[in-house]
Amino acid sequence: MSASQILTQTPLGLYCPAGDVYIDPMRPVPRALVTHGHSDHARAGHGAVMATAETLDIMALRYGEDFTVTRQIAALGVWTTVGDVRVRFHPAGHVLGSAQIEIEQGGFHLVVSGDYKRAADPTCLPFTPVRCHAFITEATFGLPVFRHPDASDEIAKLLASRALFPERTHILGAYALGKAQRLMSLLRRAGYDRPIYIHGALEKLTAYYGRQGIALGDTPKVVAAERPKLGGEIVICPPGAIKDLWARKFPDPVTAAASGWMRVRARARQKGVELPLIVSDHADWEALCTTVVETGCEELWVTHGEAEALVHWAGTQGIAAKPLHLIGYGEEAEDELLDAA
Amino acid sequence: MKDFAALLDRLAFEPGRNGKIRLMAAYLAATPDPERGFALAALTDSLSFADAKPAMIHALAAERTDPVLFQMSYHYVGDLSETVALMWPARAGERAPPLLSDVIRTLSTTGKATLPGIIAGWLDGLDEIGRWALLKLITGSLRIGVSARLAKTAVAALGPHAPDDIEEVWHGLTPPYAELFAYAAGHGPKPDTVDPTPFRTPMLAHAVDEAKDFAALDAAQFSAEWKWDGIRVQAITGFERDGRPAQRLYSRSGDDISSSFPDLMDSLANGRWGTAALDGELLVVIDGRVQPFSSLQQRLNRKTVSAKTIAQYPIHCRVYDLLVADGEDLRALPFADRRRRLEAFVAAIDDPRVDLSPVVPFADWDALAGIRSDPAAHGAGDDADAIEGLMLKRRDSPYVPGRPKGLWYKWKRQPFNVDAVMMYAQRGHGKRASFYSDYTFGVWKDGPEGEVLVPVGKAYSGFTDQELVKLDRFVRNNTVKRFGPVREVVHTREEGLVLEILFEGLNRSTRHKSGVAMRFPRVARIRWDKPTAEADRFDVLEKMLAAEA
Ligand SMILES: [Zn+2]
Ligand SMILES: [Zn+2]
Repeated sequence: MSASQILTQTPLGLYCPAGDVYIDPMRPVPRALVTHGHSDHARAGHGAVMATAETLDIMALRYGEDFTVTRQIAALGVWTTVGDVRVRFHPAGHVLGSAQIEIEQGGFHLVVSGDYKRAADPTCLPFTPVRCHAFITEATFGLPVFRHPDASDEIAKLLASRALFPERTHILGAYALGKAQRLMSLLRRAGYDRPIYIHGALEKLTAYYGRQGIALGDTPKVVAAERPKLGGEIVICPPGAIKDLWARKFPDPVTAAASGWMRVRARARQKGVELPLIVSDHADWEALCTTVVETGCEELWVTHGEAEALVHWAGTQGIAAKPLHLIGYGEEAEDELLDAA
Repeated sequence: MKDFAALLDRLAFEPGRNGKIRLMAAYLAATPDPERGFALAALTDSLSFADAKPAMIHALAAERTDPVLFQMSYHYVGDLSETVALMWPARAGERAPPLLSDVIRTLSTTGKATLPGIIAGWLDGLDEIGRWALLKLITGSLRIGVSARLAKTAVAALGPHAPDDIEEVWHGLTPPYAELFAYAAGHGPKPDTVDPTPFRTPMLAHAVDEAKDFAALDAAQFSAEWKWDGIRVQAITGFERDGRPAQRLYSRSGDDISSSFPDLMDSLANGRWGTAALDGELLVVIDGRVQPFSSLQQRLNRKTVSAKTIAQYPIHCRVYDLLVADGEDLRALPFADRRRRLEAFVAAIDDPRVDLSPVVPFADWDALAGIRSDPAAHGAGDDADAIEGLMLKRRDSPYVPGRPKGLWYKWKRQPFNVDAVMMYAQRGHGKRASFYSDYTFGVWKDGPEGEVLVPVGKAYSGFTDQELVKLDRFVRNNTVKRFGPVREVVHTREEGLVLEILFEGLNRSTRHKSGVAMRFPRVARIRWDKPTAEADRFDVLEKMLAAEA
């Protein structure tokens, strides 16, 4: 057997004919398996959605309770029959509720990674490598230049900057789901006990993390009129807001952003970032390679990101690999969508 | 090296002057000697060692990385040092990170043959940012926007002294500047160095406000000169304590640019200058004629300059003020007196590379307006192209550092203008980074399928903050496509925005698709009222070019 007998590539995304189900489809479909709540993977309007309880909650928060006709909770590590295949969800370590999806048919195991990371994250379960015949991976940061440093070192950079510029507001751009809460949690672990101010777009999701028992401390929403008084504070907002009119009302703001893209200076500069923090919720190059090896896969498909380099590397390891170039996934899209949210 | 790398990294992203000063001051305060001294030398470009060539860095990377992955990475990152810094295979813990002082000492004493191995060892001991800083340092390409003056201000921030005090003692000290730091912190004696060729903060002019100033100012109190389109410099000569003559050429911001102009330095050393300080304009002059600014650019920002370049672009200093002569500080004297001394001085040094910027006689402001609109007919002759306008100096004005009110004015030439259509917009920098404030504009030109807009320039100034808000809104509401940071704005015959563009001149250019390059284009007016079809045609520019030639 091979991966293409279980999974096919369609304009709507990856499709499993034997289960008659799509994975992270781009447009409404009758039946979908969803890896995680980011808007480029989890879309509204499907007939039926199977995902982890947290991902279903997040979709309901973002799109309203009617985001799907029926929903089914996927308990981690438990097999469920879907048509002629069995599926099982495993933690992906990307954001709260994120999962890899394993599909089994006739003893052939295939794993769709969704987005994932291997670095520690106090706000979600760690990635578990799953042995499989075929591994369908993301490669957002699939170039050897992407090596994410220890996130706590990046937090230290932010706190050092705040100490040096105590009268300025540090405005930190971060994705509303996952990254923002991870940063809050890391700041708390670093001993930062001031309120962490948040943009309105982060409110619902941050409150949800709190209800899930993830302690983030005091995270008040920024009141527009109070902005001039927030000198010395840390404010977290969606990436698109760091350069908006909204951000300019803070006292002499220091523009920071937390993303794996901040590794490349031209990218950081292009975004007008003055304090780039390299904190990513995706696997870096080392983690991608390590994970591929740990799955023991014989076949590798690369869904999105910098696919060519990973495919080249897999070739040197004797793994049959191909890029899929799925359109519509990726942090850039996330950025734009979250701006609107 | 790690802290220095972190400083460079932060400086490279910090847009503000004050932010840069605080970052440097914090580093200098927290870092022991001699590390901070070497860091200061690196920041101010005061180190001399043979740079490592990019080919060496490339070869090092080739030994350690997969060539296909390297090519893909280089293509993505776009900068060799950064690519190598990021993808260098980490051997963490294998070697201790090198000290900046060790790096610099080693670089200035090690031969080419052993250097690659040493650099590889250093790279092994550093992280991504450390490797980036090291590679930028050893390839001589630390471009982080720190001027000598800025660095001195940061040193001054360590203690009670003013930046001018630091400036004064800086000269004659060598890295790692231990006595300078002790003095700056306020617990060491003033270093016993006297700079024989100190920089003096230049006097600057205000722009003339035609609507107000001429009614209030008395033409008889002013002297006029051409404003040259060159580089303002200070030429300083003096004597070291042991009697050796010393010469130095400074840029307007106080950077020592002597090494770029050995030909002019020879003139300063001709033995007839004594102890003097002159204020003037650097120009390229061939057969008595001032060359376009693009020729002068061939001579700028070079650490070393070839004999061929010197011959091809001979440098010239056209002087207009005398601050010191025969060791006497003349700055308190009225301009008219300094001018007389200057004329005598230039005659006495008798050097073909140095001449006087002539005084432009005029009867009243109206007459001067006529002169300004046609310098060629009023004495400038062939050099009219190199004239940006006029300088007006009160005859009784002392030489005051900075930009004092009411003494000096600049009155630029009437620029050219054209009605163009906005085509693309890009976000600005610094304070303007949240606005689409850089506009590419075009004019109509015949194409195979009728008239099309061809881009002819880019403008990012000339509008008020309120206008910027409106322009930004226009861009956001009329975007038709995005390419990375650039937005394509609607620009058809029916829809779009006309901008009246002012510019100072026009050159033929092979680098621009349109074949023309505007000098200093800026937005004069936003023509919300004007239909795009009525914007100017390319012929207008062609005519201007013909007239300029
Ligand atoms: Zn995601
Ligand atoms: Zn994604």
